[in-house]
Amino acid sequence: MIQTTNLTFEYPDENIENRDKVLNEINLNIEKGSFTAILGHNGSGKSTLAKHFNAILLPTGGKVYIKNMDTSENDKLFNIRQTAGMVFQNPDNQMVAAMVEDEVAFAPENLGIAPKEIRRRVNKCLAAVDMTDFSQNAPSKLSGGQKQRVAIAAVLAMNPEILILDEPTAMLDPKGRSEVLKTIKILNREMGITVVLITHYMDEATEADRTIVMDSGKIVLDGTPREVFKKVELLKSLGLDVPQVTELVYELSKLGIDLPKDILTADECFNAITGGMPK
Amino acid sequence: MFKNIIIGQYLPGTSPLHRMNPAVKIVFTLIYVIVLFSVNTPVSYAAFAVYTFALILISKVPVKMIVRGVRPMLWIFILTAVLNIFMTPGNIIWSINIFKLTVVVTREGLIMGTAMVIRLLFLVIGTSLLTLTTSPLQLTDGIEVLLKPLKKIKVPAHEIAMMMTIAIRFIPTLAEETDKIMKAQTARGADFETGNIIRRAKAMTPLLIPLFVSAFRRADELATAMEARCYNSGINRTKMKESKITSLDIISAIIFIAGGLFLILAEFWIEI
Repeated sequence: MIQTTNLTFEYPDENIENRDKVLNEINLNIEKGSFTAILGHNGSGKSTLAKHFNAILLPTGGKVYIKNMDTSENDKLFNIRQTAGMVFQNPDNQMVAAMVEDEVAFAPENLGIAPKEIRRRVNKCLAAVDMTDFSQNAPSKLSGGQKQRVAIAAVLAMNPEILILDEPTAMLDPKGRSEVLKTIKILNREMGITVVLITHYMDEATEADRTIVMDSGKIVLDGTPREVFKKVELLKSLGLDVPQVTELVYELSKLGIDLPKDILTADECFNAITGGMPK
Repeated sequence: MFKNIIIGQYLPGTSPLHRMNPAVKIVFTLIYVIVLFSVNTPVSYAAFAVYTFALILISKVPVKMIVRGVRPMLWIFILTAVLNIFMTPGNIIWSINIFKLTVVVTREGLIMGTAMVIRLLFLVIGTSLLTLTTSPLQLTDGIEVLLKPLKKIKVPAHEIAMMMTIAIRFIPTLAEETDKIMKAQTARGADFETGNIIRRAKAMTPLLIPLFVSAFRRADELATAMEARCYNSGINRTKMKESKITSLDIISAIIFIAGGLFLILAEFWIEI
């Protein structure tokens, strides 16, 4: 679905010496229908990578293909942006309209779709993110989690096959975060939308099928969350945390307690520690 | 301080005036003003008063709200009246010597002053009826429809409407932000409330600069988000809510135009 070959990106600077490779020779292939989380600390290049999937940024070296369309071909721009919808970090700064349903209608209006079909899509997308009851509200009256769900609906209205979310929960409270994450999971599992989630919350990454860890513009780890979070020391050396449960198991095994290293959830942890003892 | 900010003075409702097409309403308001300034007999003004009062009744807007809209204009009414009464040349009916100045009141001045005040009064009432029965968003839609023919002479109709919508959308966001910055600056010893006007204006600088910086940052992010959703400045764009001309608009148009024409023709007839 998304394919990059030797993707390199650097910000233009007069002095070639000063040019910093924000992305360095990235080769990546994201499967249709998958849920991929991209992790990394600030400045690791994860957001820059995400912006390449939507042709907001174009590679300075290498290629990015979205459903076999080359992002550097200008005439395919709208097709690419329609196929790979993007949700941004700040819910306030991505809303155009002063009413929720107008916000969701914005993208299909831009695409020149017939009014009746727009209305149908708006209703469908608001239902998909469970915001139907708020269709007449002003965005400013919503909570952060609700705003971000509207932002997701607004992108869904283009009927995208891929949903790219650039730290969508970074500015939300815990309740808003879990709302948004739940919505993302439903869209992935029930509607078959390919999801790429950029995040720095480890517990969000454990929900994905695949976790990619980035550092200084390169992919350092790539695998299932279990495989990735086993490497506690490497993650820590990159300035990243591991999920709390994994951390606990890691500390316990350092003390000589023998536990499986790929534990991700509290239930698994409980079972491993009690060894299947009756509760 | 900026919580629950109200934009404009829209009063939600379901009256025929509320349900009319906003573009039609704007045109009507313009015609209303033109007719208002082209008639000048007491009978016409009386007819205008009846007509305006009927509109207020139909709109179900409380008279209190109308009065509230008129009140801030009071000084302008007084000034207009005074200027017209004392400055219009004509038949002197009353004069007084104050020091070395002769102040005169003319018959023409009295008539002119009264007429101008009546006109201004109806102007304010008529335009507030428009803003009281039309939400800012509908107004924007109406303006876009009306500006569309001007696209041929390169007036960016869609862009103007888009800017207005975004401005309306961002008022609460920026108001909230202003509040936040103000609190942050107050916590660090800024004083926005005491001192004379110049001092207070100076105190606004640490408020305005961060606000502007953040507004630019927001604009940048918004532009990216709009582009990501295939925004292409109105080329081949459709609208979910098409503004339709309903039978209500046609009926009110007939009544309105007939009434306006009748007034102007009646004036001519009286003059002849």
